[in-house]
Amino acid sequence: MTRLLILGGGTAGTVIANKLRRKHSREDLRITVVDRDDAHRYQPGYLLLPFARRDGAGALTRSRHRALAPGIEMVSGEIDRVLPAENVVLLDDGRRLAYDYLVIATGTTPRPDQTPGMDGPLWKKKIFDFYSFDGAVDLRRAWHNFHRGRLVVHIVDTPIKCPVAPMEFTFLADADLRRRGVRSRVDITYVTPLSGAFTKPVASKHLGSMLDARGIHLEPDFLVERIDDETCELVSYDDRRIPFDMLVTVPLNMGADFIARSSLGDELNYVPVDPGTLRATGHDNIYAVGDAGNIPTSKAGSVAHFAAEVFTENFSAMLHGQPEKARFDGHANCFIESGSGKALLIDFNYTDEPLPGRYPFARIGPMRLLGESRINHWGKLAFRWIYWHVLLPGRRLPLPTRKPTSEPKTHSPLKDVTT
Amino acid sequence: MTTTTIGDREIHVDAEGFLTDPDEWDADLAEKLAAQIGIEMTVRHWEAIRLVRSDFQSQHESPTVRRVSMLTGIPIKDLFTLFPAKPAKKMAYIAGVPKPRGCV
Repeated sequence: MTRLLILGGGTAGTVIANKLRRKHSREDLRITVVDRDDAHRYQPGYLLLPFARRDGAGALTRSRHRALAPGIEMVSGEIDRVLPAENVVLLDDGRRLAYDYLVIATGTTPRPDQTPGMDGPLWKKKIFDFYSFDGAVDLRRAWHNFHRGRLVVHIVDTPIKCPVAPMEFTFLADADLRRRGVRSRVDITYVTPLSGAFTKPVASKHLGSMLDARGIHLEPDFLVERIDDETCELVSYDDRRIPFDMLVTVPLNMGADFIARSSLGDELNYVPVDPGTLRATGHDNIYAVGDAGNIPTSKAGSVAHFAAEVFTENFSAMLHGQPEKARFDGHANCFIESGSGKALLIDFNYTDEPLPGRYPFARIGPMRLLGESRINHWGKLAFRWIYWHVLLPGRRLPLPTRKPTSEPKTHSPLKDVTT
Repeated sequence: MTTTTIGDREIHVDAEGFLTDPDEWDADLAEKLAAQIGIEMTVRHWEAIRLVRSDFQSQHESPTVRRVSMLTGIPIKDLFTLFPAKPAKKMAYIAGVPKPRGCV
């Protein structure tokens, strides 16, 4: 019998466990999932939580173990480290879990402790985040009392989970302030370490003009060194200062600390993997799927899900002694809330950038790519149901795992390195 | 892909001036590329540039400022002084590796 140990019962871990349980008998494959708690959160819901008129927090949480199919063992515990030479995972309480194959799916976590001044006296008073459940709940309370002043939406550094979420938050904040009739009393600044609104040039240009149209100031190439908690300013490494009355920041995102303790990670605790197979560099029987790996695409549930499909396809083939043919292409897609009940949809992979068009089929798909529409907004809302009932159980989504190719590729626009 | 002349040499570059053939790079060219963007190379600059090159060779990815800082021990603040405003991009440009994609 083969023993598969999955660290993390989030999107990637749950989808992998459920898909493999369906394909292989308990006699052939033993599947164990380790997590520190039993709360599986629907993380895309954090974005809308601060603006919700009613407290909708309860709808975002389900039990992790109930999302796992019968025949999958769930172990509750804090991971101390992986011992790759022994094929063992050590837990904090001394338990040793042996494996034949290991999947690291412990995701990425916001770390306010990594920026001086961030989690000091202003934390949860003037500085908020919406990348954690508690953060989104606290921000909701503060947001409803924010009527005037300087709102700064800020990203510490890339990569971050769901890279368009800060932009969406900004659009939603703008729309909410307009709805309340106080938009003219609030200055909004969007501060990013990137050179534009987004990393991919066409989408960046598009999103940048959407900021302009809403009177939102863009401060690019801003790498924060610290937060001055006396003057309430962001301070960059090149000594720019941006004052705020409310700062909504995306703290540095990092992989789990046990990855560093196990010497399996890079400088941000992400596991270096082969981008096609997700196998950890230098370890034949260790994989990192979802946000935990270092593949050069978005850290997002859609990627975790598409990557999990490729992994399970290969893993099943390997158990049957067949060649592993599937290769992940970095496929990602996401709905981008633009405020006032509208959303955009973008779709891209390692090499093709998001372009206007239709999804999931080139010309006749119901969703408009890179265009604002109500159907995209409803698509985003409907996705929560799909997540719990179709995606997590490992049922087939009627979407291609690899990016449907349709439009011609474009190249980066000219930009001088000296500007 | 286009070519450009730096000093007396013709090199292959992308639309933004980043070298596309790493084999065309040498220390002399690096000094000239640095001069193009107003940087005079010192020992400390070289420490960072050598790391960028060796890291790219092993990782096939241009390193971020954070990574260069961690691997060289040069504080991020100092990298901003050595390569003002856009250190990751400028280091990549001088080191003859692709523009960092700033991971989506």
